Amino acid sequence: MAMDAKQIEHLIREALPDAEIEIRDLAGDGDHYAATVVSRAFVGKTRVQQHQLVYQALKGAMGGELHALALQTSAPKD
Amino acid sequence: MSDVMNWIDEQVKSNDIILFMKGTPDAPMCGFSGQVVQILDYLNVPYAGVNVLSSDELRNAIKVYSDWPTIPQLYVKGEFIGGCDIVREMFQKGELQALLDEKGIVAGAEQD
Repeated sequence: MAMDAKQIEHLIREALPDAEIEIRDLAGDGDHYAATVVSRAFVGKTRVQQHQLVYQALKGAMGGELHALALQTSAPKD
Repeated sequence: MSDVMNWIDEQVKSNDIILFMKGTPDAPMCGFSGQVVQILDYLNVPYAGVNVLSSDELRNAIKVYSDWPTIPQLYVKGEFIGGCDIVREMFQKGELQALLDEKGIVAGAEQD
């Protein structure tokens, strides 16, 4: 089952309200996305912890209905 | 811990580098697993590959073990390093090579 980019963004935004989120539909099939997420919540966290925060925001969709979400996370540069 | 969790834990602790993947290093069954295989092969480091498609129980247990929802999963010296995106990003930034150096893993060494 595919998932809408807006839905992905909404879930991430709900958990990380300050996040800058960019989502690209890689294959145009609503099933393969790439997301860049920048949030203050990532400060001082390892990449694994940052990705885990995003996966938690997606509430189990990742690895289930959301097959492929290439993720790049970082804390704001300022 | 269940038997399969114990088994995972033993594998993670007894292999310097271990990749839980879909398929095998010689025949990856998923593009993401294949990318990590390519990176490890490029770095020419010895690693063990575990095919999670061999068992549904294993496939589910590894996700619980690391609190990580996707495959592949790379572990170095008992530490979970990340999935495909993190491994690729670390490789592109030279961080993966630095991590392996730091952990005393020698390129070109034979897998024991």
